[in-house]
Amino acid sequence: MQVVLPRIGTVAAWRAEARRLAAAGVLPETVLWSVGEAAPDLFAASPAPRAASVAFRLPRVAVESIETALMHADPERFARAYVLVLRLARQEAIWGDRSDPALHRLLEQEKAVRRDIHQMHGFVRFREVTPPGANRRAFAAWFEPAHHILEAAAPFFARRFGDMDWLIATPTLTARFEAGELEILETANRATPPVDATEDLWRVYFANIFNPARLMVNAMTSHMPRKTWKNLPEAALIPDLIRTAPERVAAMRAAEAAAPGPKLQRRLRAISAQREGR
Amino acid sequence: MAPRTLSEKLALLADAAKYDASCASSGGERRQSRDGSGLGSSGGAGICHAWAPDGRCISLLKILLTNFCIYDCAYCINRASSGVARARFTVDEVVTLTVEFYRRNYIEGLFLSSGILRSPDETMAEMVRVARTLREREHFRGYIHLKTIPDAAPELIAAAGKWADRLSINVELPTETALTRLAPEKSLRTIHGAMAEVKARGEAAKDCTARGTRAPRFAPAGQSTQMIIGADPATDGQILRRSARLYGDFALRRVYYSAFSPIPDAARTLPLIRPPLMREHRLYQADWLMRNYGFAADEITPETAMLDLEIDPKLAWALAHRALFPLDLNRAPRELLLRVPGLGPRSVARILAARRYRSLRYEDLKAIGCVIGKAEPFISLPGWSPRALPDAENLRARFAPPPEQLSLF
Repeated sequence: MQVVLPRIGTVAAWRAEARRLAAAGVLPETVLWSVGEAAPDLFAASPAPRAASVAFRLPRVAVESIETALMHADPERFARAYVLVLRLARQEAIWGDRSDPALHRLLEQEKAVRRDIHQMHGFVRFREVTPPGANRRAFAAWFEPAHHILEAAAPFFARRFGDMDWLIATPTLTARFEAGELEILETANRATPPVDATEDLWRVYFANIFNPARLMVNAMTSHMPRKTWKNLPEAALIPDLIRTAPERVAAMRAAEAAAPGPKLQRRLRAISAQREGR
Repeated sequence: MAPRTLSEKLALLADAAKYDASCASSGGERRQSRDGSGLGSSGGAGICHAWAPDGRCISLLKILLTNFCIYDCAYCINRASSGVARARFTVDEVVTLTVEFYRRNYIEGLFLSSGILRSPDETMAEMVRVARTLREREHFRGYIHLKTIPDAAPELIAAAGKWADRLSINVELPTETALTRLAPEKSLRTIHGAMAEVKARGEAAKDCTARGTRAPRFAPAGQSTQMIIGADPATDGQILRRSARLYGDFALRRVYYSAFSPIPDAARTLPLIRPPLMREHRLYQADWLMRNYGFAADEITPETAMLDLEIDPKLAWALAHRALFPLDLNRAPRELLLRVPGLGPRSVARILAARRYRSLRYEDLKAIGCVIGKAEPFISLPGWSPRALPDAENLRARFAPPPEQLSLF
């Protein structure tokens, strides 16, 4: 049997399908899950064997974890989650038992998805695209998440940027927030938004908040892996900042504090006069 | 001299602010702007928006209002006698930078500090004006951290707490002797006085009177401080005892440690060494043990001693208390489990939860998420016994890195 889930609302559709299939006693090995278009199923015609009907009630934490893990890029995630909920319903597996390999993998995938969502909240970079005469400012971003997280990650931006219109396009889906309404659409436009002049100021900040005397490249890349760099306007500066750091530090060490010049001496005199007058 | 552009000011005043270690943006009030009545949200976990090649996260726009300063603190790049180029932002410039960076999702908010221009009160008043403009005119609901000037008037500290999420007052140096020598205009009494003021107002804002009236809102994310490490001869033992007192006396959320780092145009009285990054790292680990693992400063290191740079302070404690180990993972109480190297609060919680249903075996450790190689010599459970390992002379060598790997560079 073939189940085709929609690209938008995938997780909710999976939940409804999984309940329906379980109630009908459909065996996991007979279900072929896919998203978007159906792949040709060679065995679609063969009649599927059935088992006893299963109705499941899972604890809330379990539902949350499973639904989060279902955003993972792993193509087997729907099939694996269906097997797992059947095992949980029949009490062949116990929620929270991390020594169960299937559960352990699911929890690891949940963790990866949560990390990806958190990363998206940090790494989206908006560019201003306000049309002339508009009464709300408008911003757009292109972002490439590792997992299918846009729907779960978008409400954060709606809570944060409530007074502006914004759009975040990813290779598959786009989140659009206009006049206070959040919508998820299929991505139509794959062009990155036009350059925004404020990015230059941001790069000035990035270059100057960096302390060359504490160069620790691995600590940076462990949090901000190279694959995220191409959509970060500041990342283009990184190679040069790393390359010039040692010479900048050497220069600071070599240059002992100069004796105060005439201008500085004047200022120091003024400061001490002011302090004595207080 | 031609007036500086916004970009030039930003370069100078970000460069001048980078020696402050704090970048926290978590905690405090939950706020949002989903209904379009403002900009920003906060509360919950902090978000890092970028990492610089120094491995530090960029969460807040961390800048100085001005780097003109009438004080002459030897360790500071902005001291009066330093030859660095000077600049000064207007209130509106800081507000605009914060809002425009925030709208593009570069930052969680603002961390504003300042050199002392003319007088502490005047400077503090201008910083408060920035925070107030952000909140009142821009309806900004992101995070604001204000560096408080200890000598500023109490009304100004109250006003700062009304608009900011967090206040901080730097103790700067671990001992009073060093403070007197290196920061002649600052005094420990004033610094502690201001911290006590912040603590008292914070507590008042949380209480209701019997009639239900409330004191005004005050810095819901609390206060923090910073100490410079390596600019004076204080030992790690002294530093940790100082931190323990600060946590106790002033209810600080965090003490930050900042390895003294060579600065342009440094004062001649100071060591222009490589910043002691490993020492700073060990101090953070020890601080973590005091806050989350139930260690007292006295247990971590004697007052006159330094932390071991080669192994972490928890492992050092375990090696010094070998008689306690191995611990039976199926019986040991939480306080002792937390003392096992390789086990953290989360793995300890998982062990306690699993123990309610069944006995743990060695094979379960991986799923529990502890660092097995580190914990092995100190634990016993079905499937594993360290036998003579805890007594072995070479146990330290098992963990200490070979000498050539010591440097962080």
